[in-house]
Amino acid sequence: MLKLLLKRLALAVVTIAIVVTIVFLAVEALPGDACTSFLGRAAKGNRLIMCREEFGLDQPAMPRFIEWITAALHGDLGESMARRDTVAELVGIRLRNTLLLGLSASAIGVPLAIMLGVIAGLWRDRPLDIGLSTFAIIIMTIPEFVMGTVLILIFSIWLKWLPGIVITRPTAPLSDFLGDIILPVITLAGIMTAHIMRMVRTSVIDVMNSEYIKMAQLKGVPYWKMVRRHVLPNALVPTINLIALTIAWMLGGVVVIEVVFNYPGIGRLIVDAIGDRDLPLVQGIALVLASIYVGLNLAADILTLMLNPKLRTMKGH
Amino acid sequence: MSAEATDIDLRPPLHMRLLKVIESMWRQPSGKAGLTLLSIHLFVAIFAGLLATHDFAVQDASAIFAKPNAEHWLGTDNLGRDVFSRTLLGGRPALITTFFGTMLALFLGGFLGILLGFVGGTIDDVAMRVVDAFLAIPWLLLLLLIIAIFGTATIVMILTLGILYAVAIIRIIRAGTLDVVAQDYITAARTRGEKNVTIVIRELLPNVLDVVLVEGAMRWSWMLLTFSALSFLGFGVTPPTPDWGLMIASSRNFMSVSIWPVIAPIVALSTLIVGLNLSADALAKALGVDRARIGG
Repeated sequence: MLKLLLKRLALAVVTIAIVVTIVFLAVEALPGDACTSFLGRAAKGNRLIMCREEFGLDQPAMPRFIEWITAALHGDLGESMARRDTVAELVGIRLRNTLLLGLSASAIGVPLAIMLGVIAGLWRDRPLDIGLSTFAIIIMTIPEFVMGTVLILIFSIWLKWLPGIVITRPTAPLSDFLGDIILPVITLAGIMTAHIMRMVRTSVIDVMNSEYIKMAQLKGVPYWKMVRRHVLPNALVPTINLIALTIAWMLGGVVVIEVVFNYPGIGRLIVDAIGDRDLPLVQGIALVLASIYVGLNLAADILTLMLNPKLRTMKGH
Repeated sequence: MSAEATDIDLRPPLHMRLLKVIESMWRQPSGKAGLTLLSIHLFVAIFAGLLATHDFAVQDASAIFAKPNAEHWLGTDNLGRDVFSRTLLGGRPALITTFFGTMLALFLGGFLGILLGFVGGTIDDVAMRVVDAFLAIPWLLLLLLIIAIFGTATIVMILTLGILYAVAIIRIIRAGTLDVVAQDYITAARTRGEKNVTIVIRELLPNVLDVVLVEGAMRWSWMLLTFSALSFLGFGVTPPTPDWGLMIASSRNFMSVSIWPVIAPIVALSTLIVGLNLSADALAKALGVDRARIGG
């Protein structure tokens, strides 16, 4: 068990290291460097030399890479070129806002998805299941920005119930965002619910078809007791990984939703940073997002291990 | 078994098989709806030039935000351009880019996936680590980074989307290949002393092809989502070329004045993606490929 955990942990670290290297290499492989792309047409003469000196780009790539990694390990992600602020600070405040959005959506989406998924799975192919499944597929296929735009149209333009776009400052206290996040959270939670619900439904159906459930039925275990004791534990454990994957995927999908609602989160920071060609900021965001992604998957792996007696008692492997 | 015997291909000719697949797709409700939507969209995209009633770029200052009327069937946008004509033409950039992008992704991802699944061992382990790490990078970040540097010319978009999607496809095709490699007929071919190339082309490829096709159909609809999201974010088609994502982005600020310039591209884009998705679903069922089992 411990060996297995250590192995997973080592793999996670290796994955993050590879991600960082890929992003660094991608930036290095680009024509020009951070300074030429940031300064654009003004990239000549003294300004270019000064910029390169300031950001240490006059050094060869290898020492710079090592220096960046060493600094990053100490929590220093360097300085943004366009914003005259440290990357860590910029990313921190935006990440806070995105987490508020993501966690609120997960808090609503995950329980709702599990509930609906179990219902759809238990009443498979009945009108309720067909209705829920069709609805889920429609939400999954329609682009996020279309769903967001339609919600704005209905709730803020026609009904005038909710604000359509967020105008709160990025650094405002979290409580200021509470009114703003309703529509983005509905959009995000809707997509999450649809994805997770489908997985839970499949999992429940698989378990319902298994031999031990047939056995329980033959033994005359009352239906709801059987569902509670046998179906739910067995159906939900495999979905933990998928839920983590969906939440991690949302970190990418949230970009579009943040732009739709003008929400000052990390997604909009990416779009802005890339628009400004602010490469130190881009690198910092990539590192942070990749770490979250890998961390979530690791957490899901560990949780699955702890909940699965077969794996828990297994030695090594 | 003699060499001549293995040379006889007992399967019906290609076009007959294709017809059969379409037929069994049509037998399912999702296939009927999907193929119908897809055919309409392809027809419109091909003949949009003939169907359009106005020039997509002509601005009519006297008819800004016109409601639908006999002249402008779906009204006009904030610059007085005809929404109907722009919506008809607006699917072309997405369809062309994502079609060729998907093709590239399938060839690249399919080739590498089959290779890795067949070769196995350390090379496979290392390659899959890199693939996993690649997939851990937020995809939009990577896409935007590439686009910011190389621009948004169609060929750049095709290459970028194609290569990025190929990475994801490698996983699926490799898993599908591993399934086939474990089968007895591959062992039999190896025992017969067939060359590796022969085994890959004659035994492996025909049996992995179904997985590749289903994967392609599915990825096409996802790539379409990605392309329209990029275009919505302003990293796609250059104005005034009409494109649905861009049309939605530029008209949504005026939704309180007129909804037609937003609704028309929304309906067009949504029906195309839903149609493609339903078709992919029907194709998977027709070919008997279970995506959930391979781990898509």
